[in-house]
Amino acid sequence: MNIRQSFITFFNSLILQIRQLIRNLLPPLLAICGFFLLCGIVLILRSQNPWEFYTTIFISGFSSFDEVGSVLFNATPLIFTGLAVAVGYKGGLFNIGCEGQLYVAAFAATWIGMHLSLPSVLLVPLCIGTAMITGAFWGAVPGYLKAKFGAHEVINTIMMNFIAFALTNFLVTSVYREPNQMIPQTSQIHDAAHLPRLAGILTFLPQSNLLNASFLLACACVISCYIFLKYTRWGYELRLVGNAPEVAEYGGINPRAVTVWVMALSGAIAGLAGVADVMGYRYRFLDGFSSGWGFTGIAVALLGRNHPFGVFAAALLFGLLNKVALDIELILEVPRGLFLAGQGLLIIGLVCMEGISKRNNG
Amino acid sequence: MILDLIPSTLRMTIPLGFAALGGIYSERSGIINIALEGMMLIGAYGYVVGAQASGSAWIGLSVGIGLGVVIALLHAIATITFHAEQIVTGIAINILALGITEYLIPTTDRVPGLPELELPFIGSYSVLVYLLPVLMVTSHILLFKTPWGLRLRAAGESTEALKTLSLSRAKWQYFGVLLSGVFAATGGCFLTSEVHYFTEGISAGRGYVALAAVIFGKWHPLYGVAACFLFGFASSLELANQWQIPDQLIKSFPHILTMVVLAGFVGRSRPPAALGKMES
Repeated sequence: MNIRQSFITFFNSLILQIRQLIRNLLPPLLAICGFFLLCGIVLILRSQNPWEFYTTIFISGFSSFDEVGSVLFNATPLIFTGLAVAVGYKGGLFNIGCEGQLYVAAFAATWIGMHLSLPSVLLVPLCIGTAMITGAFWGAVPGYLKAKFGAHEVINTIMMNFIAFALTNFLVTSVYREPNQMIPQTSQIHDAAHLPRLAGILTFLPQSNLLNASFLLACACVISCYIFLKYTRWGYELRLVGNAPEVAEYGGINPRAVTVWVMALSGAIAGLAGVADVMGYRYRFLDGFSSGWGFTGIAVALLGRNHPFGVFAAALLFGLLNKVALDIELILEVPRGLFLAGQGLLIIGLVCMEGISKRNNG
Repeated sequence: MILDLIPSTLRMTIPLGFAALGGIYSERSGIINIALEGMMLIGAYGYVVGAQASGSAWIGLSVGIGLGVVIALLHAIATITFHAEQIVTGIAINILALGITEYLIPTTDRVPGLPELELPFIGSYSVLVYLLPVLMVTSHILLFKTPWGLRLRAAGESTEALKTLSLSRAKWQYFGVLLSGVFAATGGCFLTSEVHYFTEGISAGRGYVALAAVIFGKWHPLYGVAACFLFGFASSLELANQWQIPDQLIKSFPHILTMVVLAGFVGRSRPPAALGKMES
């Protein structure tokens, strides 16, 4: 009897959990399906074969280890920016400043990588650490302004973005520009500061594949964020302040202090996206290197429902889109603006679904 | 010297001023509008497409404004009817506008500009230059001296106020957001009518600067446009820079100033009380 009862309880909770999971997964899946459907319709309107579009995506994204590696490479910065936005969101904060944070962080990493000659074991962590601190600072300023003066972090992070673009643009064009170069970029960082390519270890990847250790860093970051949010005291404080600041204050947590460090943490993670580009790919700072990763990060976090694993999956999808956009442009002559426009509609669809369900539930 | 700066100051101020007026209508009605950037971009794009197809600047202006209204309608439906997160929707609209204009890029043939009127001593300017002060004053009167403006502002100050008068808050918010589409798109039209062709991302962050001007101008048409004038003057200094100040610093001026104002160092700027709030 007892066994039967506990079995029923277990079964019921299982059903409840599955239902919860479906409820969480349904909107993103619907949005993705809508996105691909829309792309197909556009192709039909262009009197092209939509089937060819889907097969091109598949071939360009999955047909060999090389392609898969490139997808992962393209997804790496988006994992970081997506996580950064998600961590902020869980803490009740909107970090739209990832783009600026990753620029200043990338520059900091470049500066250390150019100026210090140390063995790799010291230089790599030093570069990454400096970048994270710089990104954290850039995020903490709007956090502080919110905590101290109640200034909305969205406006301030937008403003900090523009200030970061201007600052790094100034540094790279007027102070640290590579000698005798027209392109606004710095000199290369020391070899010791490079993050190794994974093609050296994974023999099935061709030597030309760009996938590098920053992807492993991103995976580690996803797992750390998951553990941090779910199992640590700070993660609990963060979620509590995000969900119910009054309750948090009653429970002895200072929401203002949490606001500052959550923005700092978010900025630090966003900074790693800059690290991925400087130390894993270009080995220098190039003005305007990011193709809007900070903003795509918002879509990634939204699609991944602000859950670290969800963010990882969503980043892979967007990495795939970024990777195949070029092939689609070359083979089918569809401008990459289609993906961008589709991305915008996908986000709008998602927030509408979220808005409706929130209105119906609460 | 100062007289030389007037033409460039005006050219910088006008698009910002229109977008800022648009932002004020939307935010006064309680809807956060980060989509100004996208609305300007699509307006600039529409102008070129319309003017190219018809050869007439006025049709270009109408198409630009039309597209601005369409995209504003999308923002309005998502945020007002579906209660979607307003900031995210705004960003998505900006991405959408960038995507559409990148996908359907028009040819780079020159298109006609809007007609110009001669002004003694300082040159001839596009009709929109003369329209902005008129609209600024009209907006001020509309918002602060008429029952119409009172209702629009009531929508932004409280989620319940209009309901107690059995008026629809949503209707007034739709008004506000659609008007912001009209104004911001007009600002965008000015951009392309001046340079006569469209380039990718021609709005170049001006929508965000306009948003900064809205905040700096305390959500008030006169102060808002004055803030645009200040920002426009600052960026015209960039062109006539004799003091070797880095251009980037001048470019950051509006952004730094906005942060300072938001922190309350130079007079508090208080947003409409129910900005971004929806009744549940």
